[in-house]
Amino acid sequence: MSAETGTGTGTVPSLEVSRLAYAYPDGTQALFGVDLRLERGERVALLGPNGAGKTTLVMHLNGILTAGHGTVTVAGLPVGRDSLMEIRRRVGLVFQDPDDQLFMPTVREDVAFGPANMGVRGAELERRVVTALERVGMLQAADRPPHHLSFGQRRRVAVATVLAMEPEILVLDEPSSNLDPASRRELAEILRGLDVTVLMVTHDLPYALELCERSLILSGGVIVADGPTREILADPELLAAHRLELPYGFAIPGGAGAGRVGAGGAGDM
Amino acid sequence: MGAGHHHRLHLPGDSLVHRLPPQCKLAAVVCFALVVVATPREWFGLFAGYGALLAAVAVIARVPPGFLLRRMAVEVPFVLFAVALPFVGSGERTPFLGLSLSVAGLWAAWNILVKATLGVLASVLLAATTDPRMILLGAQRLRLPSLLVQIAMFMLRYLDVILAEMRRMRVARESRGFAARDVRHIPVIARSAGALFIRSYERGERVHLAMLSRGYTGSMPVLADESASSRQWLTAGMLPGVALAALLGVWGLA
Repeated sequence: MSAETGTGTGTVPSLEVSRLAYAYPDGTQALFGVDLRLERGERVALLGPNGAGKTTLVMHLNGILTAGHGTVTVAGLPVGRDSLMEIRRRVGLVFQDPDDQLFMPTVREDVAFGPANMGVRGAELERRVVTALERVGMLQAADRPPHHLSFGQRRRVAVATVLAMEPEILVLDEPSSNLDPASRRELAEILRGLDVTVLMVTHDLPYALELCERSLILSGGVIVADGPTREILADPELLAAHRLELPYGFAIPGGAGAGRVGAGGAGDM
Repeated sequence: MGAGHHHRLHLPGDSLVHRLPPQCKLAAVVCFALVVVATPREWFGLFAGYGALLAAVAVIARVPPGFLLRRMAVEVPFVLFAVALPFVGSGERTPFLGLSLSVAGLWAAWNILVKATLGVLASVLLAATTDPRMILLGAQRLRLPSLLVQIAMFMLRYLDVILAEMRRMRVARESRGFAARDVRHIPVIARSAGALFIRSYERGERVHLAMLSRGYTGSMPVLADESASSRQWLTAGMLPGVALAALLGVWGLA
């Protein structure tokens, strides 16, 4: 939907992170020079074990944390103090716990919160709310308080709150966590139907395979692999080296050959 | 729809009182309370009049008297305090049923009882006819400090979440054979409360991040800012208006 907005033509990537390093105030270094590039319309999974720096990286994408070193650029606009508002419109962050994300008394008000902060009012605001809720199939719940919804419904509403801002890129933190199989499938269908760039942070490898053609592995604060999801998941040594595992009994459908994926991309240490 | 499981104070309906904009009702209740408090305690007739006014509002709003009486329970501590006054008061005393009561204490008790009852009754009526969320919206429209309104709003939203967390902690304690029986168990409960506080605090931080991510800059966007018509203000103003007119009228005669 936002394919025509933004600054440039198809050649400008949705997201470009270059040489991003960050240390927490207490001195713990979390990121050691991350490079990644997402083209417009791509769906990419960011895989990594706990403590790899995934959440820290996500916090940089919309300027909640500011880079110690390096740059983050969203559709041609660098993240900086003066561009924060526009960056937060362009980058839609869906948090892991929908109770953190849905803080307004009703679903409708919550979905309206983001666009209203951007100055959208009246009929246009109403249109945004209705469109976003329709896209996640939750329009009938518009006037209900979020805490009366099921967990899966809340997760979907959380996606809608971000969609209402018509973002350039959708960033989801563990979208499949705590969902029952049906909710998990419903969310996958919704995500597949969106025409925005998606970066999905997860360690649910089958989910990544289902939704994303491309995957990155973040481990120890750097990108250690970048390639087609199928090839990355078919490399047990690579996965094992970074504390990632396919669930028991899971075989990659279609029986892809075990193509060895090296430390692709620009993330070599 | 908004009548949540926990908002037992609210009685959904579609009466004239229910339909009034929340800011009008809020202002009316505050003004009515001011008039009640300003009334000298000796003017019994006026208090009866105020009570009749509230009864009329309750009838229009179709709030059953039983519902009002049950919700008046919040007043109990004041009643206890008021009952104690005639016994502990000093000065001139009067015998009553074999007890010696302080005259000043009796007056003070009557003063507290009647004014508190009228105030609580008006508030219960407001809560019964207005969704809690709308009361906050009304407060926002009356330009109350936005920080306070936001705090109340989050309280309303997260009360259930925190209660659920508390319940889970209790179940976890009891699953490991703990039951609070006597004083020695207080430290365990206190530690649970501390953990709950930390968790809520951390949740607060995460919610704040989520708000920042969606462009929050310190004030809530005012959505659907329907201002009340002068007619609605006039309707809501009848309650404190009539009360004030009666007060001034009696004042003029006195």
